[in-house]
Amino acid sequence: MDKAAIVGVAQIKYERRKKDQIFADMVFDVTREALDDAGLTIHDVDNVVTVSNDFFDGRTISGMAVGDACGGQDKNISTVSGDGTFGAFYGLMRVLSGYKATIVVAHYKGSEGDINITTNGMFDPVFHRHLGIDAVSSAALQANAYMTRYGIREEDIAQVSVKNHGNAKNNPFAQLPMDITVNDVMKSRKIAEPLKLLDCCPISDGAAAVIIAGEDIAAKCRKKPVWVRGVAHCCEEYFLGDRDLSNPVALREAATRAYAMAGIRNPIEDIDVAEVLEPFSYMEPLWLEGLGFCEPGAGCSLITKGITVMGGKLPVNPSGGALSANPVLVAGLARLIEAALQVRGEAGARQVKNADTALAQGFNGPCGQSHCVWIISGTK
Amino acid sequence: MTEWLKSVEPLTLKGQIAVPYTWWVGETGGRFMAALRDHRKILGTKCSSCKTVYVPARKSCGRCFIDMEEWVDIADEGVIQAYTIVHYGHPVQPAKPPFAYALIRLDGADVGFLHVIKKDLDRIKNGLRVKAKFRAERTGTILDIDSFELM
Ligand SMILES: [Zn+2]
Repeated sequence: MDKAAIVGVAQIKYERRKKDQIFADMVFDVTREALDDAGLTIHDVDNVVTVSNDFFDGRTISGMAVGDACGGQDKNISTVSGDGTFGAFYGLMRVLSGYKATIVVAHYKGSEGDINITTNGMFDPVFHRHLGIDAVSSAALQANAYMTRYGIREEDIAQVSVKNHGNAKNNPFAQLPMDITVNDVMKSRKIAEPLKLLDCCPISDGAAAVIIAGEDIAAKCRKKPVWVRGVAHCCEEYFLGDRDLSNPVALREAATRAYAMAGIRNPIEDIDVAEVLEPFSYMEPLWLEGLGFCEPGAGCSLITKGITVMGGKLPVNPSGGALSANPVLVAGLARLIEAALQVRGEAGARQVKNADTALAQGFNGPCGQSHCVWIISGTK
Repeated sequence: MTEWLKSVEPLTLKGQIAVPYTWWVGETGGRFMAALRDHRKILGTKCSSCKTVYVPARKSCGRCFIDMEEWVDIADEGVIQAYTIVHYGHPVQPAKPPFAYALIRLDGADVGFLHVIKKDLDRIKNGLRVKAKFRAERTGTILDIDSFELM
């Protein structure tokens, strides 16, 4: 693969309700900031990808509605819905196919819509939608399948919430920095068993942007380029009942391909820090299993043994992850940005020492139907 | 944020998108729904290559990427593979919380069947057997099965 790098990033603080900014305001801010971060102007960018979703935005052809705000006039705009990691993947492909620089912008306002009704809409309208299943209840089914299969206790997954809300205290963009205990998680309100309130992400508003460029532009940018070493995505079956929800096969496949591209042989040795998309606490250990950091069923032991905490061998979600802010369409892009900040050494109080190779993972579809895995590094 | 904005409630606009759709259930889905409605029967389809029996019936096997032509009668009872008891409500749900969603491995099928359980929530466990309770008035939707009940 030709070389391409992340050369500019921007996020705004994630909040329960951004009452002073509409979609376009948020997008305009992160576009300008990402350009400043890269040391580029809008004229250096020749391709735009928006991460918009008609159902979430409440308008059709939603990508076009933020085109003006991200410098899309006179350029080529594509929209890739999802969590932002897939949009960034497409942005990378545009660069690899000859564009000079792509800006990928994502925006989301959970405060303006209804997450349950909107995510009910991702299920089959004939066989499943009338059952009222949504992102939360389907995740709870997956949690139950996973935890039953391996005998994982609710206290085990609660540790993830404790760790990530704690990490969020070091992240100025996080919505819910909190000092909590396993007991607090256990005592929180039941949402969909085994998930309780503190096992679930908050509703969030926010936006983020990433600029990806080829070698020529990267050499001219203000900041140290963060090179894309490997990236892949993979999808599995649509109907929940057709899948083994306790075995994230699509993630395993995406990771295998991304590792092969990046020359990663032993992920836990070769990767310094990971940002994974865990809007529900059980997802972090399950995804870490799919990413090959441990054997199937052993995901929770990574946290118990201190491997994934700050200061551990492989800190996971120094940012606080999606449990601490989940602007859905932005949440995967935020993982990629956080991973890039780690590689640059610009992650402030949440910086992992000497991080050079970082992993970012995102997903789309119920219970992680499709996963996207990025390996990025300061080393070309 | 501009300081004065903190102390006021900004102007908002209520909206609702209610778009009518008429979903074509499909040749295979139509036969499945008609069997629920007219005969209280659950039908699946079997892949001639990997032998997987799918329920609800599907026209093609995504794993083998071939059409399926063999119809199979699936039992109206089976085993709970995974469940969640839901404690929050929204207007699309077919029952008032608490109720449960379950993936049920119906006898004769190789995949889980998603539906709801409304009673005996305190006794639900994976591995327990459940049976479909059909509605008296059936219209050809997945809710012609009212719910599954513990046996
Ligand atoms: Zn097959």
